[in-house]
Amino acid sequence: MGTYQVHIRVMPRPALLDPQGQAVEHALATLGFGEVSAVRMGKALTVSLTAPSPEAAGERARAMCRSLLANPVTEDFEVAVGGAT
Amino acid sequence: MTRVAVVRFPGSNCDEDALRAADRAGASAHYVWHRDTDLGQADVVILPGGFAYGDYLRAGAIARFSPVMAAVVAHAAAGGPVVGICNGFQVLCEAGLLPGALMRNAGLRFVSRPVDVRIETTDTPCTVAYAKGAIITVPVAHGEGRYVAGADTLRELEAEGRVVFRYVGTNPNGSVADIAGITNRDRNVVGLMPHPERAADPLLGDSSGAGVFASLVQCVQPVRGGSA
Repeated sequence: MGTYQVHIRVMPRPALLDPQGQAVEHALATLGFGEVSAVRMGKALTVSLTAPSPEAAGERARAMCRSLLANPVTEDFEVAVGGAT
Repeated sequence: MTRVAVVRFPGSNCDEDALRAADRAGASAHYVWHRDTDLGQADVVILPGGFAYGDYLRAGAIARFSPVMAAVVAHAAAGGPVVGICNGFQVLCEAGLLPGALMRNAGLRFVSRPVDVRIETTDTPCTVAYAKGAIITVPVAHGEGRYVAGADTLRELEAEGRVVFRYVGTNPNGSVADIAGITNRDRNVVGLMPHPERAADPLLGDSSGAGVFASLVQCVQPVRGGSA
């Protein structure tokens, strides 16, 4: 068993309006970052957990996303397993 | 007498309004704490507005795992009426008792003002006391009230007449198809973003929301007509 840090990224579906991202986009334009063409805003979570392998750690994290961390109607998620600590 | 349970989560803030509106409609209403697992022989369950568990992660996402929710799910599965108002609607969507989800308002602002809403169907526990097509004025007060659902779900909601309340005139949050409230397939679970409990007493300026609570009482104890 090892302890793994799993990095989880939860993002609003591309097809859905993301007013928070739009507000940030407008603020960046106002500050002179005119090269910005789009901003999408989601959530990042770092979960530390024990598991027999990195694959198992990732599988558990995906189960967490399906049951709680992401809304299946509006959000997609990505899971990246860091090294054992 | 119709027994109404108003569930209190940490962060609920429309619980007392809902309790009073139910009592005023002739029900006997009581509170149920989120840690309780018994609804106290309730005929009807109301999930009130507020910010259950601070709306952490997503509105309703944590509340759905409250001990009381198993009892609410069982009550709904047995055909018992369940109504979620505002935050309660968000909890019902997160719990899977209603399809779709509620996202941040399109205009980004928290919207707190009266809106006009049309009663699209009277075939729900929340609307039997209204006339179909009636327009009522009730307050909304939310930052995340933009209803979204997949194309298939939306088609199904419209085809089966399961959009219960629809904004008319102004859509305050960018909800798809101006949807303000929906019901499930069995038509016993209803969620709505507007607050009928805040417009259920003439003293508050408007009582057109009182019909929601009159409906809840009526759906459990139907008014007996002449020819039974």
